[in-house]
Amino acid sequence: MTHLPQLALEDVGKSFTLHLRGGVRLPVLSGLSFTVRRGECVALGGPSGTGKSSVLRMVYGNYRCDEGAIKVRDEGEWVDVASATPRRIIALRRRAMGHVSQFLRVIPRIGALDLVAAAGRDSGLDFEAADARARELLGRLNLPARLWTLPPATFSGGEQQRVNIARGLIGNHPLLLLDEPTASLDARNRAAVIGLARQRRDSGCAVLGVFHDAEVRAALADREIDLGRFTRVVAAEAV
Amino acid sequence: MTNVPLLSVEGLTMRYGTRTGCADVSFDLHDGEVLAVVGESGSGKTTLLRLLAQELAPDAGRVRYRMRDGGVRDLATLDEAAQRLLARTEWGYIRQDATDGLRMSVSAGGNAGERLMAIGMRHYGQIRGAASDWLRRVEIDPARIDETPQSFSGGMRQRLQIARNLITEPRLVLMDEPTSGLDVSVQARLLDLVRGLVTELGLAIVIVTHDLAVARLLSHRMMVMRRGCVIETGLTDRVLDDPEAPYTQLLVSSVLAA
Repeated sequence: MTHLPQLALEDVGKSFTLHLRGGVRLPVLSGLSFTVRRGECVALGGPSGTGKSSVLRMVYGNYRCDEGAIKVRDEGEWVDVASATPRRIIALRRRAMGHVSQFLRVIPRIGALDLVAAAGRDSGLDFEAADARARELLGRLNLPARLWTLPPATFSGGEQQRVNIARGLIGNHPLLLLDEPTASLDARNRAAVIGLARQRRDSGCAVLGVFHDAEVRAALADREIDLGRFTRVVAAEAV
Repeated sequence: MTNVPLLSVEGLTMRYGTRTGCADVSFDLHDGEVLAVVGESGSGKTTLLRLLAQELAPDAGRVRYRMRDGGVRDLATLDEAAQRLLARTEWGYIRQDATDGLRMSVSAGGNAGERLMAIGMRHYGQIRGAASDWLRRVEIDPARIDETPQSFSGGMRQRLQIARNLITEPRLVLMDEPTSGLDVSVQARLLDLVRGLVTELGLAIVIVTHDLAVARLLSHRMMVMRRGCVIETGLTDRVLDDPEAPYTQLLVSSVLAA
């Protein structure tokens, strides 16, 4: 099971065109190719602004991919996110990839535990299993039980981030995308996240992440890809 | 689950004289999918819904629908009786203005139960029981079953419309700005109700809205319309987070964050 490629980027390029700013084109990346295998954790590196989060978002289908292919393995079949239909991407998100974004963005007025369990049900767990797994994850992430029934809108940044992590991890997807998962966490919770991510990697999950924290990167990443090499030269005068 | 779309729309076009209502609109909708159609007023959103519901006849294009027996039919080829039966059983249509979607002088129970009578249910007690059950599901006190919607608030009227439409367990529901004109707190409650029913019943929905937050909350996919044309389409979070067309960028950047 392990060592099979789970994600392959081939000659990926991305730029943003800001039509409301006179059509300014912001190049982000070009010619980016790499593979992530099951059971390994790859860190995206490079100075800020080199498109690390954009790569994660493109893999998840949240940003458009302008050039190249982004292939994700889904039960023995390769699916190119860059050209797949929305329906296919939704199925991929359910079965094949989990995403922990930098900021929690969820349906309002729903309690934390329900939000996490709903993500589990989306990925195919039945009601009881989703509920049990959500409790287990929130427990391991040290989210105080008194918060579980409350909507996270009023939570601290660190508490929201842990709800977000639980949502991303509950599905047991073969590909996990982590965008600064420990940015607003204290040492104890950072360790909890490292533990969970390692466990997933060691059980054969392919992990692709952005980790600014050197300690987290050293603890998780098997290798690093420096996006600086693929960054398009930004014509500063145009911006 | 079948791979044949529930609804398949091809090149749907309609003009009002020289003005374009809807130009060359195509999309597929599968069971359980929620498609949001967004755009400013006059962009052709409501025209599109009315074309889908066969309330308007297109100048070009067609709408095909997968019937319960699995056969796919071009809706324009169905006779009026067959279309009416579909509209009463398989489809729902939630109107922007509840007074267009309800019988205002008929009791809440009569409104909710009407579709059951229309499909041949005759037992008064059963119809009343089903109506009362649905009033409860849309959070209307069943004790008000004999009141007319005249005495209901805007939010209650919209919820009654939902009960009236869902009582026959339709597979496809068209919604035209169901939350516009409601107070935000009432709006939130209605959206929570709709979201719950969508998940529970696996409804396919085409929802027209100018509110991008409503689209983000409810829909899987989005279609942005302007002057009758579809100018951008895709996964809802993709269209909102990485809008491509100049007009979509304008729409997204114009939203006031509270």
